[in-house]
Amino acid sequence: MTTNVEHHDYDVVIIGAGGAGLRAAIAAREAGMRTAIVCKSLFGKAHTVMAEGGIAASMGNVNSNDSWQVHFRDTMRGGKFLNSWRMAELHAREAPDRVWELETYGALFDRTPDGRISQRNFGGHEYPRLAHVGDRTGLELIRTMQQKIVSLQQEDERESGDPESRLKVFAECTITELLKDASGAIAGAFGYWRESGRFIRFAAPAVVLATGGIGKSFKVTSNSWEYTGDGHALALRAGSTLVNMEFIQFHPTGMIWPPSVKGILVTESVRGDGGVLTNSEGKRFMFDYVPDVFRGQYAESEDEGDRWYTDPDNNKRPPELLPRDEVARAINSEVKAGRGTPHGGVFLDIASRRSPEEILKKLPSMHHQFKELADVDITQEPMEVGPTCHYVMGGVEVDPDTAAAARVPGLFAAGEVSGGMHGSNRLGGNSLSDLLVFGNRAGRGAAAYVQGLGERRPEADESVVAAAAEAAVSPFQQEGGENPYTLHQELQLVMNDLVGIIRKAEEIEQALARLADLRARAQHLTVEGHRQFNPGWHLALDLRNMLAVSECVARAALLRQESRGGHTRDDYPAMDPAWRGKLLVCSLDGDAVTIEEQPMAPMREDLLALFKREELAKYLTPEELAAVPPTPEAADSSDGSQR
Amino acid sequence: MTYDARFRVWRGDAEGGELVDYTVEVNDGEVVLDIIHRLQATQSGDLAVRWNCKAGKCGSCSAEVNGMPRLLCMTRMSTFTEDETVTVTPMRTFPVIRDLVTDVSFNYAKARQIPAFTPPPDLAPGEYRMQQVDVERSQEFRKCIECFLCQNTCHVVRDHEDNKQAFAGPRLFIRAAELDMHPLDARTDRVDFARDGQGIGMCNITKCCTEVCPEHIRITDNAIIPLKERVVGRRYDPLVWLGTKIGRRKA
Repeated sequence: MTTNVEHHDYDVVIIGAGGAGLRAAIAAREAGMRTAIVCKSLFGKAHTVMAEGGIAASMGNVNSNDSWQVHFRDTMRGGKFLNSWRMAELHAREAPDRVWELETYGALFDRTPDGRISQRNFGGHEYPRLAHVGDRTGLELIRTMQQKIVSLQQEDERESGDPESRLKVFAECTITELLKDASGAIAGAFGYWRESGRFIRFAAPAVVLATGGIGKSFKVTSNSWEYTGDGHALALRAGSTLVNMEFIQFHPTGMIWPPSVKGILVTESVRGDGGVLTNSEGKRFMFDYVPDVFRGQYAESEDEGDRWYTDPDNNKRPPELLPRDEVARAINSEVKAGRGTPHGGVFLDIASRRSPEEILKKLPSMHHQFKELADVDITQEPMEVGPTCHYVMGGVEVDPDTAAAARVPGLFAAGEVSGGMHGSNRLGGNSLSDLLVFGNRAGRGAAAYVQGLGERRPEADESVVAAAAEAAVSPFQQEGGENPYTLHQELQLVMNDLVGIIRKAEEIEQALARLADLRARAQHLTVEGHRQFNPGWHLALDLRNMLAVSECVARAALLRQESRGGHTRDDYPAMDPAWRGKLLVCSLDGDAVTIEEQPMAPMREDLLALFKREELAKYLTPEELAAVPPTPEAADSSDGSQR
Repeated sequence: MTYDARFRVWRGDAEGGELVDYTVEVNDGEVVLDIIHRLQATQSGDLAVRWNCKAGKCGSCSAEVNGMPRLLCMTRMSTFTEDETVTVTPMRTFPVIRDLVTDVSFNYAKARQIPAFTPPPDLAPGEYRMQQVDVERSQEFRKCIECFLCQNTCHVVRDHEDNKQAFAGPRLFIRAAELDMHPLDARTDRVDFARDGQGIGMCNITKCCTEVCPEHIRITDNAIIPLKERVVGRRYDPLVWLGTKIGRRKA
């Protein structure tokens, strides 16, 4: 079987061509690596294009009080102190350089009056911090890096005559298995061309996972078909580990009507630019939902909240701009209490707050989306919105500095597929910056690893390749099995209804039983037709990944007996400082998911000193707090609680 | 509100194919892509279609609906009557791979021919200063989602396969215009490239590309015509010609 496998040799193989993958590719190629980018869609179509609001980076162009320290602090607060503090630090420090660099690739961000990159307000960010292009920032990011890659290929063409001599995109190509040598080091990757169904094998000592998230395991989601947790599952099967898988971000504002568009994202910029959330009684309900940990940091009256848009130095921000987990839970509660809209959401109103001209200028693609898909003119009437599965905070456990994955030499991960950076909840805008910062670090980390190997190249045994090929064609060899589409729909319902935004032990246990059943049934799938561009076959293979990752989510959700960020337990509604210092680490033991508790490394003192003791007391255990050295000067005057 | 719609979908590959009839359920608020997905899930698991975001932002699900170049995800079923047969075919200008999926590599090959953005040599990262009004002209073209519907509908290549060699098409003209209008791009020969490298002269401004653009980019008015005018100005106006010889003026 392996004789029919196309073979390629590279130094670094990058799986995924979204923001993280492309940035990693640029870094690896610039470090001299022969680099392959492998992606399931066409080049330039990655899910990053859906990102709307912006890239968080403390450039301080709109408010010069901003700094990496304030950004770091906001990120830790947003993640409820469960973040890998080292990742949050690197991210906050390096994001501005990564954004400025995009301008040298040709990016055209919106400008401030003095010609700098404009920055907008967003949930959980103390200052206007998001570099943006209207509400299509993700598209700008992808196109910019796509064009940078083309320009590197043009350089290579001038040098060698072949534009693909050092950097090649393998588009519409799916990786199904990572290849390792006998010692357990990465030796390459195996997959198939979607177009022809033919097999392809990469021999490479380093693989960077940049595959994004897992949202397609949920029924209501803002994610595209690609988000099947491939990188999460590849890492697990290769022997690496996943952390924080219980934390799923439900974006508070997804479209809810008509049913066919349910889940499609409505950007947070609507709220950043003045939009408010109201219930069926016309009440701005978010004022009732400011949790203790954020009390004092948000406006207490509508008047104050409204003044903040024009005078942020003397007023506090409106609670519509709380971190996403808080807003999503609030909407959920309002609907449950019977104060929802006709289609089961709440109203998001910008029409009564800003002029049509301003709305069209700042939110053109939202206007277009609602007009075309729901027949709603957002300059005239409110939108109906509700929570939608948007992002997984959990992912591959990585070394913060190099993005190296745990336990598997040669494996790296960046972007949504990696875990730790965002803790229990990601702030809006921190995703695009994450992609750039850690994409760059992963590309460089992989290059350094390969250089460190010298002449040695791990090689996979042929039997490993043969086994991967056999697993890939198995859905064609079964008669009378089940339809993969049916199984997928069932999986989405299980995750949505039983491990969704609000969870409890009995339901998660039910979900685990259903998942075990689905997993058994997924052994007997039947697909029709042949291997050429066959979506039924592709789904059958992706399902395996979704089932493994869903089980990690459910098992971790059952273990964590508290509510924090993107994990809300009806039966354990409070945040518990005793759980803060613990990570749940998933690995595979044969076919079974196992989870271990792992203590978090204590935060470095200079970073701890950025917070006031009273604030730390809300998150840390008394013992942890006692160990924090006293810092009378703690937290400078830019602390949000001062305003 | 649910009804059974009649669909005709082109099925086949590079060797050939045919329109296949289906009767399929349609619900309130659905778009053509929903119906294609329902066909996949219930009647024809191997029906090939590209799609990603399902919100008109990625430009993957381009095809022709009743002969019109459209994004399947942005074509609402409510635009058809219940007794109307909806015919879905692949983009005609590009070679079919399978069913509704075509080989769009032509567009990527053309994109690789355009000289990349050239950063200003005297500015470090972070030092770029541009006015909003100046970036807006290029920003319009950077809205492009690369659905290639403009390329598909452009009769210069749609009806004349042999023109593909010399002609880059509207998607790449707006890229050329975007770079030409970029306030800090260091190259001064964008217009020459549009003429000599992209064959912009073959476009006879029928505006079909503008009509099908799902992002409503005014391709013809804001990109192609200004480029053509500058080609004419630079190439054929004797005063400008003289100016380029004796001064350093960028025409």
